[in-house]
Amino acid sequence: MGELTRAAAVTGIAELTPTKSPPPDREIEIMAVLARDAIADAGLRHDDIDGLLVVPAGGMRMLFPSLLAEYLGLRPTYADQVDLGGATAAGMVWRAAAAIAAGQCRAVLCVMASVLDPARFARAFRSEGGGGPSLGFGEFESTYGPMGVNSSYAMAARRHMHTYGTTSEQLAKIAVDQRTNAMANPMAMYREPLTIEEVVNARLVVDPLHLYEIVRPCSGGAAWVVAAPDLALANGRPPAWLLGAGEKITHSNLVASPDVTRTPVVESAARAFAMAGVTPADIDLVSVYDCYTIMVLLTLEDAGFCPKGAGGPFVADHDLTYAGDLPVNTHGGQLSFGQPGIAGGASHITEAVRQLRGEAGERQLADCELAFVNGNGGTMSEEASLVLGR
Amino acid sequence: MTTVAKPMPQPTAVSQPYWDAAGEHRLVAPRCRSCRTLFLYPRATCPACLSTDLDWEQLSGRGRVYTFTVVRQAAHPAFTEDVPYVLAIVELDEGPRLLTNVIGCDPAEVRCDQPVEVVFDDTGEVTVPKFQPVAG
Repeated sequence: MGELTRAAAVTGIAELTPTKSPPPDREIEIMAVLARDAIADAGLRHDDIDGLLVVPAGGMRMLFPSLLAEYLGLRPTYADQVDLGGATAAGMVWRAAAAIAAGQCRAVLCVMASVLDPARFARAFRSEGGGGPSLGFGEFESTYGPMGVNSSYAMAARRHMHTYGTTSEQLAKIAVDQRTNAMANPMAMYREPLTIEEVVNARLVVDPLHLYEIVRPCSGGAAWVVAAPDLALANGRPPAWLLGAGEKITHSNLVASPDVTRTPVVESAARAFAMAGVTPADIDLVSVYDCYTIMVLLTLEDAGFCPKGAGGPFVADHDLTYAGDLPVNTHGGQLSFGQPGIAGGASHITEAVRQLRGEAGERQLADCELAFVNGNGGTMSEEASLVLGR
Repeated sequence: MTTVAKPMPQPTAVSQPYWDAAGEHRLVAPRCRSCRTLFLYPRATCPACLSTDLDWEQLSGRGRVYTFTVVRQAAHPAFTEDVPYVLAIVELDEGPRLLTNVIGCDPAEVRCDQPVEVVFDDTGEVTVPKFQPVAG
């Protein structure tokens, strides 16, 4: 057991239903309402909140934590912004717990929101070449025409197929099972039935990845409260205790990845499981970042749910739905729930909290005591793993 | 119809020798004089030991396709007429990897571990290294 084990719990959650059209409000206004709802859900009062972790919004690169604190009328003793790309949400949870364990605060509000105009996104994507100078080391990449991070995950999938014989049908199974989960989640954006044939026959966007294997951007947001043990019971519901956490960063551009078929989840998950004193076999819910189907497969392998290279047959042989033998992303994953920008990574935490509380409705697992959460940023470059439990 | 220019490298003081060499159809990489690590992309410091005592070394220009994708939908309008094209990570025989294009072949024929050699694309304002398949 590590020093952070049961040092804090995720106790309050709030989440917007992702939307294709941008809402009328700005991100800071959305964050404020999410903050109110998460604090209420935690059973805490406004003045219990003495910590704040945020993703900057509105184009601000500096001074956003204090601006949001001011907007919310908070006077925290701990405030920061976190940038681990898609791993930010998971990274926030253990940072909040560490600040609480260090005695600097007792209840940390974590909040992120993304207002995305699809037309503006498409224009920016094209003009910047899918990221351009804002993403990666453009001087040595942009002139070759990468398709943003899409091409990075496609190249990881290609090498995995080459080395281990993984097939498109096996990757498609992940999207299909997650879609089945989304059909039981009223908040999910995509709830029409989906088959393996439909996935592999859909448009090949970036070889070997097809349309339904790639997240589609939308607007949304999430907030949650990480609270000290004495505050974690305030709402009278089972807290989602932090049992273990681990983080690892190995590169930023895919070209600098030591091995594109092996993610830093190997190290982040091992650290999280060791701290929690549990193994993958003990996990009831796998709630892991799924910007692309290949990322789920790599995470299952690298976290130790199956041997390296065996992910293809593993996902084909296991039922990944909420009714199955290895429930994965019971909210639908970002592939079907939607990826509201940086807040997409938070959906893996909010779903774990719902399942651990027994509040997941139609998709509730019979006996959910332990959840494995993973956040993945950039090009399989930043990983933050959590074990949450009752 | 207006032609949109492809993004071109903007050389920096650190990277200028790399692009200058490409202009002379030579592929070069920095080698650390302290720990002997050869690396790309060019940096001010050695990524293995942070030494700033670096030298430029000419490479064979031969390597293999580590992995690749066929881009079928251009993200940037300058590439619209190029689709489908091959975006690849090439691992050079000397070790370093770089992102590049594999050209001069049918995209459907590109394979992981395929041997390739450098060719220089002089069509833009900066000459950029690309790769083409070689026999065997």
